[in-house]
Amino acid sequence: MGLTFRNETFRDDFTYTNSPSNIRRFPFPFVEDQYRYSVNIEPHTPGPKGSPFEYHFDVDEHYVSEMRDRAMVLAADPLRCQALPHMMTAQWDMLELLMTSLARDYPEHFTLHRDGSAWHWINRPLGIDQKFTFLDASTLPYQPMEFIGRQVQGDFSIQDQRDNQLWMDAGIITSQADWSLDFDVGMNFFEWHGPVPLAHEAGVFERALKFLLNLQIGKPVRRLNWTMTINPRLDTSPENYHKWASDRMTVTPENVGKKVHLRVEMQGLFRLPRSNAILFSIRGYLMSFEQIVTVPKWGRRLPRVLASLPPELVEYKSLGRYRDMALAYLAPYDDGAPTSPGGGPD
Amino acid sequence: MSGNLLRRVRVAEVERVANRIKRFRLVDADNAPLSEFSGGSHISVVMHAGDRLLRNPYSLMGAPSDTSSYQISVLNVEDSRGGSKFMHENVSVGTELEIGQPLNLFPPAKLAKKHVLVAGGIGITPFMSMMNELDGLHSDFELHYGVRSLEDGAYCKYLQSRYGSRVNIYRQDQGQLIPLERILGDQRLGTHMYVCGPKPMIDWSLQTAKLLGWPDENVHSEQFSAPPPGKQFLVKLARSGREVIVRGHQSILEALEENGVDAPFLCRGGACGQCETQVVACDGFIEHNDHFLTEPERVSGKKIMICMSRIQTGSITLDL
Repeated sequence: MGLTFRNETFRDDFTYTNSPSNIRRFPFPFVEDQYRYSVNIEPHTPGPKGSPFEYHFDVDEHYVSEMRDRAMVLAADPLRCQALPHMMTAQWDMLELLMTSLARDYPEHFTLHRDGSAWHWINRPLGIDQKFTFLDASTLPYQPMEFIGRQVQGDFSIQDQRDNQLWMDAGIITSQADWSLDFDVGMNFFEWHGPVPLAHEAGVFERALKFLLNLQIGKPVRRLNWTMTINPRLDTSPENYHKWASDRMTVTPENVGKKVHLRVEMQGLFRLPRSNAILFSIRGYLMSFEQIVTVPKWGRRLPRVLASLPPELVEYKSLGRYRDMALAYLAPYDDGAPTSPGGGPD
Repeated sequence: MSGNLLRRVRVAEVERVANRIKRFRLVDADNAPLSEFSGGSHISVVMHAGDRLLRNPYSLMGAPSDTSSYQISVLNVEDSRGGSKFMHENVSVGTELEIGQPLNLFPPAKLAKKHVLVAGGIGITPFMSMMNELDGLHSDFELHYGVRSLEDGAYCKYLQSRYGSRVNIYRQDQGQLIPLERILGDQRLGTHMYVCGPKPMIDWSLQTAKLLGWPDENVHSEQFSAPPPGKQFLVKLARSGREVIVRGHQSILEALEENGVDAPFLCRGGACGQCETQVVACDGFIEHNDHFLTEPERVSGKKIMICMSRIQTGSITLDL
C-alpha cells in the first residue's frame, strides 16, 4: 500500500490535520472510562494490519512534513541531537535496526543493500541515496544516530546500561512534550523521571527499571503515554517555552475543538545487540478534539477520563487552564451509553 | 513473559581445547544469521538429558560481530548435574540444540579508563568476547589468567599471540599465583576490575579489591554455578493451590517447569533478578544461593530467587 504524504506545517499557520482515513488508526490511549495510572508495558509484537502497531516503526501520511519540521528544529538548535562519546556503537545499532526495519516493512519507500560493510540506503520519500561503510562514521554526512534520526518519525533516546542503571547518554529529540535532552543527557533513569508525580511513591520506577535492565534482544516492548498540546505543534520543548506556552491562553469555548490536541506517544523499547544499550522510541500522534469526537466511542470516553484525572496529573500535564472548556466542548458527545473495552474504535 | 526466545542451532564443530574442555561452534539450524551480541554476553543452552530438562548458561567466546556462528566452551565438571557431561558425551557435529538469545550480565563498563580482567580456569570464556570488543574500541586492558597447567588452560597460546604483552598467564603447576594485591594496588583512578572463575577465587578477588579501597562500582564478577543440591522439600503455590515436590538435585524452578508451571526466569544463575518470587509462608530455613537479593531482603525471608535457592527441609509457600 503506497502512502500519500501530506504537505503541512506544525508551526505558524498550523496546517496539520489527519485525513479521514487516518483518524481511525489513531492510537487512542484510554482503554477504560476511568483514568488509572499504570506502566502498561506490553510486548511490541505486530498489531493489526493498517494499525500503528503493525510494525516496530510506524510511517504515516505525516512523514515527510514531520521530517521537514525536525530539520528546522535542528538547524535552529543543534543541541537537540547529542551523543556522548561512548555511545558510537549504540548509534550504529540504532541505524541498523531502523534501516533494516523500514526496508523490510515499507519496501516501496525504503531500500537497503548490504554487502559486508558496504551499505547502500535509499529513502524515496525524502530523496536520499547514500552509500556508506557500516561502522565508519566518516562515510556519512552526519553521525549515525542523526543520519537515520532525521529520516524516522518520532524522537529517539539511547540508554547506556551500567551499574544496574540506565543512563540517557544519547538522543535526537525535536518533538518532545516539554522535556529537554540537553538538560537530561547523562542522567540516570530515576533522575530523568524526577518530575513525574505519584509514580515514585508507588514504586513504579524501581519495577520498571528492573524490568528494562533484563530487556532481551529481539523482544521489544511498548507502552502508550499521552498529554495535550495546544495547536498541532511538534516542538513543545523547554528551550522554546516562550514560543508555545502562551498558546494555552488562546483557547476559547469557540476554538477548543480545533486548538486542543490529544498527543499520544507510542513508546518502544529495544535492546541493542552490539552495545547492550536500550533504544527508546517516542512516536508522537496528534489529533484535535474535533477529529477525536468523529469516533463515537472516543467522544463518549474522553470526557469521562478527563473528569476523573487526579489533580496532580492535571497540573503535571498543564491542563488546568482549559480543562473546563474542554469538558464543556466534549459533553454533548457523551450520551451516557456504555463503551466497549480497549482503546480502538467500535 | 517467562523465559527467553529460543532458536534452533546445529553444532558445526567440536574441538578439544584443553583437558576436559571442549569448544563447540553453533550455527543457526536454517543457516540464518544469528544476532550480534556485546562483549561478556552468554546464552543458555537447552538440553534434554534423558528425562531431565536442563538449561545451562555458557559465555559466548567469538567475535561479537560474527553472526555466522556462536562459540562456547564447556568444562566437563566432575560433580556435574548432567549438563556438561551431556555436552561432552552426547553432543557432536550435527547435533541440534536450542539456545536462548544472548544476554549480558557482565558487560565492560563503557566509561572505564582501563580494564583489568582476572580469569581462573574456565572463567576465561566471557573475557574472550570482551577482549575482542575492547581491542576493537582501542580500549586499555590487561588480562591475568590463572591455569592449573598449560594442558588445563584453554586458549593460552591464542591469547598470547593475539594480544601479546597484555596477556599474563600464571601456572599453578609452576607455583605461580596471580599477584592480585600488586596488580590492583597499582592502577590509576577510573580502572575497572572484572573477575570470573571458581567461587573462592572470586571471593578472594573481591576481598582484595575491597581491602585496597576499590569502589564497589568498579569491581565486577560473574560466576555460573549450578543450583546447589540439598534435601527434598515441598513447594506450595498460593495462587493455584498446587503442590510440587523439589527433589534433592533440582532447583525450585526446574521442579516447577517439570510440572508445567510457568514461572519467570532469565539467567538461571541467580544474577539477573527476573525470577524473584514472594514468599507467603515458610517452615524451613531458606538457603539463599543467588547474587541478587540484598542482605536485608534475605534476612526478611520474604523473597527467594527460585532458580538457585532452596530450603533445607519442610515446605515453602510461594506467591505463584
